[in-house]
Amino acid sequence: MSGKPKLHYFNGRGRMEPIRWLLAAAGVEFEESFVEKKDDLTKLQKDGSLLFQQVPMVEIDGMKMVQTRAIANYIATKYNLYGKDLKERALIDMYVEGIFDLNELFMNYEIQPADKKEQHFANMMDKATNRYFPAFEKVLKDHGQDFLVGNQLSRADVQLLEIILMAEECKPDILAKFPLLQSFKARISNIPTIKKYLQPGSQRKPPIQPEEVPKVIAIFH
Amino acid sequence: MAGKPKLHYTKGRGKMESIRWLLAAAGVEFEEQFIETKEDLEKLRNDGVLLFQQVPMVEIDGMRMVQTRAILSYIAAKYNLYGKDLKERAWIDMYVEGTTDLMGMIMYLPFQPADTKEKNLALIIERATTRYLPVYEKALKDHGQDYLVGNKLSWADIHLLEAILMSEECKPDILSAFPLLQAFKGRISNIPTIKKFLQPGSQRKPPTDEKFVAVVRKIFNI
Repeated sequence: MSGKPKLHYFNGRGRMEPIRWLLAAAGVEFEESFVEKKDDLTKLQKDGSLLFQQVPMVEIDGMKMVQTRAIANYIATKYNLYGKDLKERALIDMYVEGIFDLNELFMNYEIQPADKKEQHFANMMDKATNRYFPAFEKVLKDHGQDFLVGNQLSRADVQLLEIILMAEECKPDILAKFPLLQSFKARISNIPTIKKYLQPGSQRKPPIQPEEVPKVIAIFH
Repeated sequence: MAGKPKLHYTKGRGKMESIRWLLAAAGVEFEEQFIETKEDLEKLRNDGVLLFQQVPMVEIDGMRMVQTRAILSYIAAKYNLYGKDLKERAWIDMYVEGTTDLMGMIMYLPFQPADTKEKNLALIIERATTRYLPVYEKALKDHGQDYLVGNKLSWADIHLLEAILMSEECKPDILSAFPLLQAFKGRISNIPTIKKFLQPGSQRKPPTDEKFVAVVRKIFNI
């Protein structure tokens, strides 16, 4: 029984990956308990461990926290990745919510029926390159600083790096028109805790493979 | 003009309604600028005032805030509706995310194809009565206090009342198995600022009807 946070989710990115990123960036070691079949989920539900019968669930500081954003908010605050005051928090929240919206599109891509996949992909790429990345490029341009908010590393930077890398997996040159995001990506990737997380053997999860999708759907539906 | 927050959205509930509730509960007067046509939305976009080209947008304290949760969190923190420490905040966040999920289902119902409406309504009622409402009933039962978190009014209570009222619009007796939530509803509705918001003539918006669905589809091209 360590004091380490314990993550309950399936062995893939989904809604848990931003939480893994935040813990890793903060240098916090964590354990994982994987939901591999429906019975695993049912057991957690029957144990009364899941407030709304859903995962992600993270055991942390004596709580069984659920709801991705609640968990991420808690970790970010605890490890000083949430700005220094209410106004910085407001900016971080705005940026992070935009990133969550884009992440939804990425997450839902793999479970689209075959006839909807192409359109979904096009929409995803369009939103990344015409709505979200331009907004973050402009933020960096306007203040000329290394980090999105308050001239120090925050969850907004960590979550932006995460989504940039996911987008590049779909389209390797997606940052072609965004020079500041390119240097941002390099800079944030080089932060020691993040650099470590990006190396093979870390708890970072790979993109879901198409053949795994039916298994995941079976757990949750 | 003054220093009042200014809300930019359609003249309906949608994602802005929770923000109206929270401001009203906090006793904060606010102005509204309604998006009535596609051109109104385009103008906001072309003016560069929407960070991600979307509404809700709220002008508040010199910022043009977007993203519903960001706006709600800011208002909650500013007006002391976000608990007294990190742990209380964690509970408030968990509860609010649950009521957000439930209200999200209800919000989209009028926009579903007609042949799925009945099924979706049944799912909402099932989720409300077996997944969400029991959680809040149990929270109140376990600590025996008047409010969900920290023995004090918070964003979680206001959001839950909003969710209860929306759920009752789907099924008027939806609280029949939840006596503590019935008492909670009575209690929170009687808080003066909230009581005022619940009266006719307030800035509270009515449920979305078919006519308004058509307006919204046109504005947002959905």
